[in-house]
Amino acid sequence: MSTVAVPMMSAPPGRRQAVMERIMAAGFALPALLLLLLTILVPLGVLAYLSFTDYELGAVDVNYVGLSNITSALTDPTFRRALTNTLIYVAIVLPGSVILSLLVAVLVHRRKRTRSLYEIIYFLPVTSTFIAMATVWQFVLHPSLGPISAALRWLGIGEIAFLSDPSLALPTLAVIGIWQLIGFNMVLFLAGLSTIPKDLYEAAEIDGCGGEIDRFMTITWPLLGPTTMFVIVTSSITAFKVFDTVAVLTHGGPGGSTEVLLYDIYLEGFQYFRMAYAAVLTFIFLIFILVFSILQTVVMDRKVHY
Amino acid sequence: MAKVELHNLRKSFGSAEVLSDINLSIKDGEFLTLVGPSGCGKSTLIRIIAGLEPQTSGSISIDDQSIDHLRPHERRVAMVFQSYALYPHMSVFSNIALPLTMTALNLYERLPLIKLLSPRRRKIMKQIGEEVKAIAAQLQIEPLLGRKPAQLSGGQRQRVALGRAMVRHPAAFLMDEPLSNLDAKLRVHMRSELAELHQRLGSTFIYVTHDQVEAMTMSDRVAMMDAGKILQLGTPDELYARPANIKVAQFIGSPTINLLPARVGQDGQVELSGKPLPIRANLTEGSNITIGIRPEALQPEIVTHTLPHQASLPVHLRRSEHLGSEKILYFGVPDVEDLTVTSRVAASVPDASLKITNLAFDPSACHLFDGNGERIEVAAVASGRQSANIDKRFLPTGSHVS
Amino acid sequence: MNAQSYIASQAANQPSRINSAGRRFASLFITHAILLTGVAFILLPFIWMLITSIKPPDEVFNAQLRLWPKQFYGIENYTMALTSAPLLRFALNGLIVCGGILIVQLLVAIPCAYALAKLKFPGRNALFVLVLLGLCVPEQVPALPIYIGLAKVDLLNTYFAMMVPFFLSVFAIFLFRQFFRSFPDDIIHAARLDGMSEFEIVWRIVTPSAMPAIAAFAVFSFVAHWNDLYWPLIVISDVNLAPPPLGMMFFSDAEAGTNYGALTAAATILTAPLLIVFLFARRRFIEGITMTGVK
Repeated sequence: MSTVAVPMMSAPPGRRQAVMERIMAAGFALPALLLLLLTILVPLGVLAYLSFTDYELGAVDVNYVGLSNITSALTDPTFRRALTNTLIYVAIVLPGSVILSLLVAVLVHRRKRTRSLYEIIYFLPVTSTFIAMATVWQFVLHPSLGPISAALRWLGIGEIAFLSDPSLALPTLAVIGIWQLIGFNMVLFLAGLSTIPKDLYEAAEIDGCGGEIDRFMTITWPLLGPTTMFVIVTSSITAFKVFDTVAVLTHGGPGGSTEVLLYDIYLEGFQYFRMAYAAVLTFIFLIFILVFSILQTVVMDRKVHY
Repeated sequence: MAKVELHNLRKSFGSAEVLSDINLSIKDGEFLTLVGPSGCGKSTLIRIIAGLEPQTSGSISIDDQSIDHLRPHERRVAMVFQSYALYPHMSVFSNIALPLTMTALNLYERLPLIKLLSPRRRKIMKQIGEEVKAIAAQLQIEPLLGRKPAQLSGGQRQRVALGRAMVRHPAAFLMDEPLSNLDAKLRVHMRSELAELHQRLGSTFIYVTHDQVEAMTMSDRVAMMDAGKILQLGTPDELYARPANIKVAQFIGSPTINLLPARVGQDGQVELSGKPLPIRANLTEGSNITIGIRPEALQPEIVTHTLPHQASLPVHLRRSEHLGSEKILYFGVPDVEDLTVTSRVAASVPDASLKITNLAFDPSACHLFDGNGERIEVAAVASGRQSANIDKRFLPTGSHVS
Repeated sequence: MNAQSYIASQAANQPSRINSAGRRFASLFITHAILLTGVAFILLPFIWMLITSIKPPDEVFNAQLRLWPKQFYGIENYTMALTSAPLLRFALNGLIVCGGILIVQLLVAIPCAYALAKLKFPGRNALFVLVLLGLCVPEQVPALPIYIGLAKVDLLNTYFAMMVPFFLSVFAIFLFRQFFRSFPDDIIHAARLDGMSEFEIVWRIVTPSAMPAIAAFAVFSFVAHWNDLYWPLIVISDVNLAPPPLGMMFFSDAEAGTNYGALTAAATILTAPLLIVFLFARRRFIEGITMTGVK
């Protein structure tokens, strides 16, 4: 008789409390879960579905087209150019912003009185409204009215059309990208630097590596390794997502020389309303971001021990 | 091997003077300890000797040569840090080898990849390797050479830090509270190991600690510091037996010395709570002074029946702490509120006999301090035989009752 | 020759007497020279923006390298900027959108993070894995389907459309979960014994303790959405709803090439709010970016 299941009503109070707690907890997580479904998971599913169709916004019927969107993307010269341009952009911004911000951070870190002043100045681009500043950059780089051209004229070099010369436009955008990123990376490096114990530098000084280069090579650089890897990954992702400067300053021009992946997706999806094709491009974009993110996870794991 | 001398050393941060006029001469091969409460300037002093901080004025010399203009690694000193300051990304081997590679290799031979171009480098690295192994053998850390500092215990890290200091064969070892990060048991062990190491190496050791036990057990001489000044310099025995200052008396010795307020009566007669003691001080009548008596010099009547030449203090027991081999007794003194007098006795003394008793003490065991806390010599002790009828059963081990 | 004598011979070669004051001065000089070069690069657009915004048009087109204008034209330029475009409206829109997003993000993320950190419920691990995956998906990826959805229910050109993709911040959940996990269980147990409901525990006990993390996240979220151009560009075509970046874009398209004085005045007006907040709460800002960046 004792094997008869105990009815729920007489469950011990501790047990009932545990059940209540579970319901409560699920209730806490529910809004987040719903939004997760609504704004990430379902859209991802729809995106995957669209990739295999010829859907266009406002189209009446939707046909299954198989892999044709993918094949056309891979052979589309515009897309290939956009991808190449994006990677070139990353290849300039990444080393530029990481090396410069590391240099600035190392120099700023050891300043006592002027440190906060430098910190504020280098951090300004991060907190300014970037689009407004991009517009100002356009004016600063203006071939006839901008101060840079004026300076170049004065030096006898002559005017340079930074944003309308096809070979210069992308590097110019990259320099603006570096301008925007230095302060952010500097702050991350400063946080990394502040975790290096002062004792180590003193021990090093007694052991004979008091010179700037020795200090950097023996202590700063190895101990900053995890921070550096992290900055590299986040900077890659930020650079890969370049959009604003292209949309405001060059619109992909001149002659497609600044067409980048995200701008291409924007044009295909929201200007030409070729939703299905844009969906495929979005997936390619996502794959790149995932590769960077996985890299980041691996790096973060390594961060724990040396 | 070197003697280290400090002349009129001063250090101030802004208007705050951290060290004022330090003069100190440390003999070749001596183990000198700088001891004092935190903030007394002892760490600043050792950092100035190391060259990590510049002095405001004054000079330091090693073997009669000024080292003020030298950078830290040129000073022939090695330092062991409180945190050990081991390079976390380097193996134990590389940590110990670093000071040697820094001096023996030039900049190009230390740069990654480029270093492989140097033909000289391999030969030097081999010699350095042998040197490091020899040091590791001395410290018994050979099996650890491949590990990273994070994989070591506190004691092992301590040894690696010592190894890194020893490998340079420095003229002087500077140690900044090297044992304070170890647990109590290991600390006692490392204490004796450090003392042995000092004997074996025969080099000059300058050791900073806030722990008076370390200072007393390891050093040849101790410099007790407070508020940027050296209060007393002497052997551990001297500091204990003849503290120059009330602060030294309080800092050295555990349990802390008893301090009893007293005044000088007629003819310099010292009076403790109105009762004259058989000692005199060369001070004017009415001066307030302080009498210091070590806890082991105060014995309850049951241990030592008050002898004619001894003084006694009526007390009542407040608390007793049993420490195994001995007992610390805390007594209240009638008429003097807030004053607790400690006495150290053998554990066999029964508490019941101590409820209300007299503490007997030899007047010659009293230290007298004037109103400024400076030591004053006892001018005369009233005559009396120095022998005593002490019940030896109740004496704490190692106590000096003269 | 053993290592020691090698070292001794090397040490003898080294110049032991060095001019330390000269050395210090040289290193200080180089340091500041490098840093100031960087400062010039960073400040160039800011300075040029401020100068141009008070220059009259003829001096702008004169294209001379002049720092201070001969004629102060600031009032005209700023009036022009404020009257020809609803700049304050843009800033207000930015405030509404960023504030709305932040409030919903906190309301959703805090209880979820608490549940993930401290409570047991079926599917907890699965949910956390989803959160981690969500961290890898940038806003531009679900943009397309969400846009289609909003178009279908006719909600384009609304504040809601601008905010909805950001209501869930997986990053906030992740950050707060890390923070809550270190919150002592004993305090939660004590609160339960004192008769508090889980709801009260979350909002009255745990949340106040996480204020540093919340402040850091708030800074991060606000800066990110204040500066976001991609999504508003897609869903907003009504000028009156535009947040600052989109507004600036409308304004510069309308005025391009004609009135740089007014353009830079507009840029100054739209950049100022965030910059002023930053200058006043510098520590919080930098801490916020560091905390959200490093964790």
